[in-house]
Amino acid sequence: MWMKSLKATGAVVLSLSLIVGCSSNANQSGGNDGGDDLSGNIKIDGSSTVYPITQAVAEEFMKENPGVQVTVSTSGTGGGFEKWTQGETDINDASRPIKDEEKEEAEKNGIEPVEIPVAYDALTVVVNKENDFVDKMTIEQLKKLWEPDSKVETWKDINPEWPDEPVKLYGPGTSSGTFDYFTETVLETDGKSRTDYTASEDDNTLVQGVAGDKNSLGYFGFSYYLENKDKLKPVKIVNDEGKAVEPSIENVNNGSYNPLSRPIFIYASPKVMERPEVQAFIDFYLKTGNELVEEVGYVKLPEDQLKESKEIVKEATKE
Amino acid sequence: MSAEETITGKSAGKLNHARKPTETKGGTFGGSAGRVSFRRWKNRLAHGLFLSATLIGVIVLIILLTDIVVQGWSHIDADFFNHFGSRLAENAGIKAAFWGTIWVIGVTAPMTFLLGVATAIYLEEYAPKNGFTRFIQLNISNLAGVPSIVFGILGLTLFVREFGLGRSVLAGALTLTLLILPIVIVASREAIASVPASLKQASFAMGATRWQTVQKVVLPYSLPGILTGTILALSRAIGETAPLIMIGAVTYLAFTPGYVLDPFTVLPIQIYSWISEARTEFHDLAAAGIIVLLVMLLSMNALAIYLRNKFQRKN
Repeated sequence: MWMKSLKATGAVVLSLSLIVGCSSNANQSGGNDGGDDLSGNIKIDGSSTVYPITQAVAEEFMKENPGVQVTVSTSGTGGGFEKWTQGETDINDASRPIKDEEKEEAEKNGIEPVEIPVAYDALTVVVNKENDFVDKMTIEQLKKLWEPDSKVETWKDINPEWPDEPVKLYGPGTSSGTFDYFTETVLETDGKSRTDYTASEDDNTLVQGVAGDKNSLGYFGFSYYLENKDKLKPVKIVNDEGKAVEPSIENVNNGSYNPLSRPIFIYASPKVMERPEVQAFIDFYLKTGNELVEEVGYVKLPEDQLKESKEIVKEATKE
Repeated sequence: MSAEETITGKSAGKLNHARKPTETKGGTFGGSAGRVSFRRWKNRLAHGLFLSATLIGVIVLIILLTDIVVQGWSHIDADFFNHFGSRLAENAGIKAAFWGTIWVIGVTAPMTFLLGVATAIYLEEYAPKNGFTRFIQLNISNLAGVPSIVFGILGLTLFVREFGLGRSVLAGALTLTLLILPIVIVASREAIASVPASLKQASFAMGATRWQTVQKVVLPYSLPGILTGTILALSRAIGETAPLIMIGAVTYLAFTPGYVLDPFTVLPIQIYSWISEARTEFHDLAAAGIIVLLVMLLSMNALAIYLRNKFQRKN
């Protein structure tokens, strides 16, 4: 009886390892038909905001360079930097600039951060489709609404002409780069906002929240607005020239959608960029990659800034 | 009228009960018709309540499954299994995630089984019944309740960094092994403890050593329970996302692992990444991924049931 049981157990283990064996064959046949001389692994981690762009670039890059294996993870900007500053990853996707303490940590490990802007995102403030009174908002109004210990309860508290209805707020959670950017630029608090709002790391949840609640207001990345245009109403933001500007690719490009358009970056170090496959990947990112940016819902860099990014890379690899 | 009767019956019953509990107990059989019908009504109420409690779970499950199948079914085809992730929904597939999951579970399964069963045998058959053993047992039970993300942090520090395994299949499998090991140990111990003492004593009486007894009597008798416990624990591991993201399992890669030290991704990570995409086409792909994951889970559970029935019949 025992022998039979043993055999059955063995069969289970064996079949599992057989399955495993099959997949390894599949891999070998896929990996060897690369004609290009570039090879190696590129490990990328970081922001889930930048992920769609990096994934698109990696996909196209591997089509041209089948010998290079690019992996992209999404631990978030901060979580990614934690690994990148230890030298565990090659490139970090970041939706905000590196923090001072992260920079120190990197330098302690002999890693010099090189910040390469790759695209723009327009932080978009939206209200419900049925909301007919909010058309534009100033940064002061947004600040009054979102600042820590905000006294704003109803729309009337923001603007006396607006109705006396409660405002329901939706926004990203505190570990998000979007949250960091918003608190820093609009609230000038560096990581603090009011806490009595519906927070989610999944922007689709925020979209659904605002779409289903007549008195709601929320903010998130442009691509989520773009995909849900029929359900949401964007709020025009009064810029530094006093003009109310709608979030759009055009307005981000001509610089009028400020201060809520933000650059997003990839980080690499000169040492990593010495590797030919990493060098090729970053060059590809700034050439072909820039054309893919809008396909995944972001705003591509204007010509002069693209040039600047290429300069940064050139400088860093020269040393 | 009947409602009034019920109410009076209720209040009378309450008063009686409160004042003279012994007397009401004695008078149960001779109670008035109102009180009997009230008790029957209460019984029906309880029946209804428990039935609806059961139905809520079942109905929610049915809605969820229907929703997912309707959304994702049309995406499941050969291409879905043969394509890697992509920025274009029509090109995206689960090849990397599917094989990654099989690799991770394939490595986790033997490790958990061997370590778990060995620990259970030690604790049940060999360990002296003293304070130290109780301390170990207490810790194993506590470990079973530790949130999975904590195991992720442990895996990142220990396997990925200390042991230098990197963000590999092996590091992921070891983390998941630690995560489900307590469950396997508890299940195996229960299975081993259920072996009748008379069988073991008979074996000892024949002059068998402890190992012979474990080998020839205890294990064959408890194997169905052990296998069921192990497979159910593995089906928990197959659905884990948080600890694997923590140790740095990747979200996008365009190759399948060929070796235990290769990077990997798993189905739950792929599904989560599609769900949080802005473009809605990807949400349908996520539903298709969920169907695949559910089929894998259900087949594992079916295997557990099959093994249990097969071996129990023989015993």
